[in-house]
Amino acid sequence: MELHELTLHELHELLKKREVSSVEATKALLARIDAVEDRVKSFITVTPEEALKNAEAADQRIASGEMDMLTGIPVALKDIFLTKGILTTCASRILSNFIPPYDATATARLKERGMVLLGKLNQDEFAMGSSSETSWFGKTRNPWNLDCIPGGSSGGSAAAIAARQATATLGTDTGGSIRQPASHCGCVGLKPTYGRVSRYGVIAFASSLDQVGPITRDVTDSAIMLGAVAGYDPRDSTSVNIPVPDYRKALTGEVKGLRIGLPREYFIEGLDPEVKKAMDESIATFRSLGAEFVEMSLPHTDYAIAVYYLIATAEASSNLARYDGVRFGHRNQDARGLLDMYMVSRDEGFGAEVKRRIMLGTYALSSGYYDAYYLKAQKARTLIMQDFVTAFESVDVILTPVTPTPAFRIGEKANDPLQMYLSDIFTIPVNLAGTCGISVPAGISSGGLPIGLQLIGKHFGEETILRAAHAFEQATEWHKRKALI
Amino acid sequence: MKITRKEVEHVARLARLELTEEEKELFTGQLDGILAYVDKLNELNTDGIVPTSHAVPMENAFRDDLVLPSIGIENALANAPDRSENFFRVPKVIE
Repeated sequence: MELHELTLHELHELLKKREVSSVEATKALLARIDAVEDRVKSFITVTPEEALKNAEAADQRIASGEMDMLTGIPVALKDIFLTKGILTTCASRILSNFIPPYDATATARLKERGMVLLGKLNQDEFAMGSSSETSWFGKTRNPWNLDCIPGGSSGGSAAAIAARQATATLGTDTGGSIRQPASHCGCVGLKPTYGRVSRYGVIAFASSLDQVGPITRDVTDSAIMLGAVAGYDPRDSTSVNIPVPDYRKALTGEVKGLRIGLPREYFIEGLDPEVKKAMDESIATFRSLGAEFVEMSLPHTDYAIAVYYLIATAEASSNLARYDGVRFGHRNQDARGLLDMYMVSRDEGFGAEVKRRIMLGTYALSSGYYDAYYLKAQKARTLIMQDFVTAFESVDVILTPVTPTPAFRIGEKANDPLQMYLSDIFTIPVNLAGTCGISVPAGISSGGLPIGLQLIGKHFGEETILRAAHAFEQATEWHKRKALI
Repeated sequence: MKITRKEVEHVARLARLELTEEEKELFTGQLDGILAYVDKLNELNTDGIVPTSHAVPMENAFRDDLVLPSIGIENALANAPDRSENFFRVPKVIE
């Protein structure tokens, strides 16, 4: 088998047995990037020299017997993670020249383990979008059908896995930005519990929702990647100081007696019939493995998108105030005075979707509207959270679709922001509640596009959803299907 | 109308965005549609509900007040659009 086709754990075994060197694996992935990148456009920056240097160091480390699961593994990161000395843009013109002076904690943890960094992946600008169409650097395409979106915002991370351009990737998820592209590209995407992974050095979008997680080829790789980046970080005051379990040990294949909830608000009219069929088949698979199903309700689901687009935009308008053209990033050099410099630099530096969200968030926080919009949304958020807390008193896992439809066509929703927002209905509530969720391949549409299944767990319930996802994966063949590119 | 063009201009100024005429027109219509949609929250009775600002309950995150190395002047200024000696240079502040 070709080296770019291997999963992380498969490549690790070959590296460990010294049947393959990291330099060989890295060269194979770089060659694969060369072969398909002009069609897929997963990357903003490819770093071949850095990668080969990392690979040589990894081979020395392997030879000395000091090997970690990540040592010598070719990884690519969403361009939202700061990488010291390597261009980090967040897919925005305003950061199109930004060279970070330090690493994100997630970057540093993977480096310490000996990862090989292949480059930085495309995304929606500032992670604001569901299609990876808003990047200043151009659109990423879905490797399963180049006329379709790969999902977003971590579209490059998912497309790179589907096109076999990286062995594993990291993304971020504020309203579905890991799970939705993973679903659209036939990958495994995990959004951990809020507080599980440090966000230090991850460019902020909506700080009460943002979370870091892996997009991988299979569930075992997801468990490995989560274990590699999870854990307390004194530099992120929201990171939670509880021990990181060995997530691979949770992958027992055993789901007998597992109580799986089916929320009726997620199985509604308007759900694509092929997505519905994939869910029915997945439920049958879990039943055959001995899981039990419980019909249940998450009654405030219908309010989640309204809550999300007030809270996320309000937080974004505050977080993005730092881009002022003074200390880093794009500056308009012809400005007549300081205020003019701020206003023109920001207008030139941000794309339409980012501006739209800054405007909405600024409005929701502005004098006279704060109570009616922002505070009201925070109260409604409490009700949505309580839905989940109540639900997890009687179920272990909640099973839902990831998206109402398979990937849509490029341009289809680009001019209708509300329609774009509504496509995130099944992923957003998990961010509002702060719990964890994983997307796993569960079908292929008649048009040849992947369909994903979402398993939602309680706070810090990653082991349970990984166990259920892994058991499902072992019983099905969907994760072995691949994009023909 | 939930939002007028005049309000859009006011919010853009608060957000330090120099919008073009076309953007003002576009955003007025789009924000109006989005605000009409989020109005559905008014169907919910939230009397006595405590607002959530964080999904995971946590106490204040304190740390010891230690002097540690910082990134240094050169690193801090390396991305400056314009610098003069050890300062960020900006256009004239006081007219």
